[in-house]
Amino acid sequence: MGLFSFFKTEKKKDTASLAKERLQILIAHEHSDKNKKSPDYLPKLQEEILEVIRKYVHVDEDDVNVNVEKGDDFDVLELNITLPEEDK
Amino acid sequence: MSKVIVVTSGKGGVGKTTSSAAFAAGLAAKGHKTAVIDFDVGLRNLDLIMGVERRVVYDFVNVINGEATLKQALIKDKRVDNLYILPASQTRDKDALNKEGVESVINELKEDGFDYIVCDSPAGIERGAFMALYFADEAIIVTNPEVSSVRDSDRILGILQSRSKKAEEGGTIKEHLLITRYSPNRVEGGDMLSMDDIVEILSIPLIGVIPESGAVLQASNSGNPVILDTESTAGQAYSDVVDRFLGEEVALRFIDAEVEKKGFFKKLFG
Repeated sequence: MGLFSFFKTEKKKDTASLAKERLQILIAHEHSDKNKKSPDYLPKLQEEILEVIRKYVHVDEDDVNVNVEKGDDFDVLELNITLPEEDK
Repeated sequence: MSKVIVVTSGKGGVGKTTSSAAFAAGLAAKGHKTAVIDFDVGLRNLDLIMGVERRVVYDFVNVINGEATLKQALIKDKRVDNLYILPASQTRDKDALNKEGVESVINELKEDGFDYIVCDSPAGIERGAFMALYFADEAIIVTNPEVSSVRDSDRILGILQSRSKKAEEGGTIKEHLLITRYSPNRVEGGDMLSMDDIVEILSIPLIGVIPESGAVLQASNSGNPVILDTESTAGQAYSDVVDRFLGEEVALRFIDAEVEKKGFFKKLFG
């Protein structure tokens, strides 16, 4: 123990276990992302759907949401479109 | 039967080239005919680490393009019998490497009776790194006890398991974890990820732990693979790695914290 170690903050302890924890969470997350990887056609599909809808109502890019959810036996294509207020 | 081993990491600066040089020199010193290939086109450094930079005439890309024969490009090491170095090209763009070309060079090395072909991968996950790992039978993943290095190692493991030739054919590359720049004292102090932590996170078998050592910089300064410095802890640890790779059971060394000898000022201000 040094003379000035008293002034060192004691809370700065064991950053290694913090590193381990962060890595475990991150890597688990990255692995699950990889398994649930959405099909390559999704962005293009979203774009084209948006074009079709825009022929009738004006929607923003963020208003159309396309998602593929993987089930055990089948995949579900989920389409979520938020219409503007005045058209309701 | 010859084996192709890729030394890779994802992250740069963790010790791929140092490890490739040491590992290849160690295999050759054990009597195995070994070639070590630098895949870092545009940023070659293996020649410098191995001290053969002034003997480079032709390189890997020259051979692929048919501008030189493999015999002309291979540099025979003067210190270790059975050791040959194939330098990367310094000037050409990274697209110079292609599967067909790399495969033909590897096949020619196999036909020439090389027991081991060590592929020193560039950092990153681009073409050069992909080419270095594509034909591998086994992989040495070089990892520092540090978050970004561990994460990148995990990424590169994913690529090995999905995009290598072995994976495409339904097989698996045998993976080995090599932890470098390890400081037992800092692990003890809770400042550094322990080898057990890293093994747990990456869940691949450990082939060795190389302690942080001044000998590594000294070795690269002088252009000698650090494994030839048999006095140094790093040199000895690499030697153990080679023995383990060849199937021997060798206990890990240099992994326990030493009692630090503190100087007067360090005692006072430490």
